[in-house]
Amino acid sequence: MIPEIGHFSLILAFLFALIQSTLPFTGLAKNNQTFMNLAVPAARAQSILIAVSFLCLDYAFYSNDFSVLYVASTSNSNLPIIYRLAAIWGGHEGSMLLWVSILAIWTMAVTFFAKELPLRFYSTLIAVMGLVSVGLLMFILFTSNPFERLIPAALDGRDLNPLLQDPGMVFHPPLLYMGYVGFSVAFAFAIAALLDGRLDVTWARWTRPWTTAAWIFLTLGIALGSRWAYYELGWGGWWFWDAVENASFMPWLVGTALIHSLAVTEKRNAFKAWTVLLSICAFSLSLLGTFLVRSGVLTSVHAFASDPSRGMFILLFLAIVIGGALVLFALRAPTVGLGEKFDVVSRESLLLTNNVVLIVATGSVLLGTLYPLLIDAMGMGKISVGPPYFDAVFVAIMAPGIFLMGIGPVARWKKATLPELATKLRWAMAVSLVSALLVPSVLGKLTLMIFVGLLMAFWVMSSVFVALRIRLLASQNSTLLDKLKEITPAFYGMLVAHFGLAVFIFGVTMVKGYESEQDLRMQIGESVNVRGFDFRFDGVKPIRGPNYVAKQGLFYVTNQGAEHATLTPEKRLYPVQGAIMTEASISTGVMRDLYVSLGEELEQGAWSVRIYIKPFVQWIWMGALLMAIGGVLTLVDRRYRPISKKLNVESPGV
Amino acid sequence: MKARHKRIALIVAGIAVLAIAATLLLQSFRSNLVFFFTPTQVANGEAPKEGNFRIGGLVENGSLERLSNGTQVKFKVTDTAKSIQVVYTGILPDLFKEGKGVVAQGKLGKDKVFEADQVLAKHDENYMPPEAADALEKAKANNSYATGAK
Repeated sequence: MIPEIGHFSLILAFLFALIQSTLPFTGLAKNNQTFMNLAVPAARAQSILIAVSFLCLDYAFYSNDFSVLYVASTSNSNLPIIYRLAAIWGGHEGSMLLWVSILAIWTMAVTFFAKELPLRFYSTLIAVMGLVSVGLLMFILFTSNPFERLIPAALDGRDLNPLLQDPGMVFHPPLLYMGYVGFSVAFAFAIAALLDGRLDVTWARWTRPWTTAAWIFLTLGIALGSRWAYYELGWGGWWFWDAVENASFMPWLVGTALIHSLAVTEKRNAFKAWTVLLSICAFSLSLLGTFLVRSGVLTSVHAFASDPSRGMFILLFLAIVIGGALVLFALRAPTVGLGEKFDVVSRESLLLTNNVVLIVATGSVLLGTLYPLLIDAMGMGKISVGPPYFDAVFVAIMAPGIFLMGIGPVARWKKATLPELATKLRWAMAVSLVSALLVPSVLGKLTLMIFVGLLMAFWVMSSVFVALRIRLLASQNSTLLDKLKEITPAFYGMLVAHFGLAVFIFGVTMVKGYESEQDLRMQIGESVNVRGFDFRFDGVKPIRGPNYVAKQGLFYVTNQGAEHATLTPEKRLYPVQGAIMTEASISTGVMRDLYVSLGEELEQGAWSVRIYIKPFVQWIWMGALLMAIGGVLTLVDRRYRPISKKLNVESPGV
Repeated sequence: MKARHKRIALIVAGIAVLAIAATLLLQSFRSNLVFFFTPTQVANGEAPKEGNFRIGGLVENGSLERLSNGTQVKFKVTDTAKSIQVVYTGILPDLFKEGKGVVAQGKLGKDKVFEADQVLAKHDENYMPPEAADALEKAKANNSYATGAK
């Protein structure tokens, strides 16, 4: 019965979404306030109904209702409760329901602060979000109904893919989708601005916190996914340039460009049309990501062709949303205007260059991701684009952008001069050059990549301090504390986020440059020395988990005779799917991670073993965390106060 | 007038930078494309003699050998028509099994032995890597064509 309630409330939600997306437009056309006023109640009703539907499905997972096809195919009665609840987004149908549920959360949040906006504007805004919801709900109801019954019911479920049975599964997908779907708010703002012809500083001030919030979620979601891959896949990589990862990374890149462009629109009333275009692009790439991951096109374009209904639907939806938005942009962008003029050397043009860099980088990732699909779809053979392409091209494109990133925060708006900038930054340049040469010479290995990477990291770090110092010197206050207090949270947020990127670059450079990876064969009792650490293999013992059996290896690690760590990697067997899983054991540290995973059992109790030393690898995720914290700081800035307060109430905690 | 000239110069410079960037990008792109070949194609000498490529198919039953000291393994990849000897040093993925689908990336060494530097097997029992499935399909198609011609 409960699944039927869920299905029914999803249908009702669809009807309310239709009201939400049509009547306000009618109201707008006829200047009928009653119709416009319907936007908020319809949106709230829709959101609540979707929440009900989501809870019904989660209840089916909780109660092991294997008469629901989706539950039977992604869960199992032996699955620990927390993974049963998270298994709701372990497959296609539930992920789509998560998508609309998160859209419902964002919609609900928008309705609560919308009253601050003019009626015409906010009803359009909510109606646009309603249109997105209509499309996705149709997709779920017609092609991917998660409530479909299985008759007769299965005795037990086929289990959640063991790879996904991890705390990462509980947080990564919701965070990522909060980010993806959050860009729908920026998108709706952009469309509403185009329809309304209203795009000014106030508009940018409204839009900014929403976009930043989405960006924070996406940053955390991607970082969490990367960390999960690092310890779960058992071979120590943290980013694979895999199409699924690229699908989440592209909206992040464009979203990053967007929050910078919005800053210019708010501060200088410039880049207006460009900001709108970026909002459209960010959300389009989020939809494209959903398409890539969810249509099965990545597994095989032929699988997509043999069951095309889902893929075709999303493709059509993509075409309508992107095509429609771009046509609207072409027609209406002139009314929005380009905005204020600025000089060639100015903070505006530095930010514009940053935007161009980010967009070109997105383009290069898009090329590498879609080209193999295109070639395959045209029957021209199978190819893959190797990670070296992404590594090389991405670094080459981003390097100039990172260089300018050091200059941007200290450059004046509207007009700056090169000699002035050079004077301000000469020490930062000197310090970063020296450090980038010093660190490798201490560590005893210098390559071009290491030098460039460290130079960029130190350059951004030191220029953050230069930017802070310039602010402090400009202050009229007498004590340092008062001076520090005078600076806005938004400025601190920017500094922290930039510093976070520097920390990230430092981590990446150190791992890529100095990691040590060894695949070896170890007998029981055998010791091996890797970079000063002695790893002794003390054999394996069988253990039993809640829904798996495992062989657990014991590695005793000493550093110059002193006890350092005991590592217990596992080889697990999940009997339901007959799947074997490698669980790495990691001793994390600020300076380095020790990473051990079991390969295969060889003869006489010997095992093949991976022993990795990953210097500064945690800095990669610490950097991402700092970026997110920087984003949060900008949200608490006073000028967004009325908006951010409500945002905090509505969106679940970061 | 001066401002206008400046702007034109800037636009030209911008386009030049973008053009150079695009050229480098496409060059790097082309040199990093990894093509896929079936064991039959490799046996017929269609695969590149130098440089990396991928092969895929099934791990031939009974072909897996471990060299006694170390982590080097040898196995054969087959598309049921032809099979190719592969050597690999390192740890095989969890789902690597005889009779199951596999994709390997590497290059051809001497004696037509494929020296793999990556072995991929996906994380789902029933899932066949698309390249491997493709290789089997092609071999099957060729086979039935051959019998049909008789």
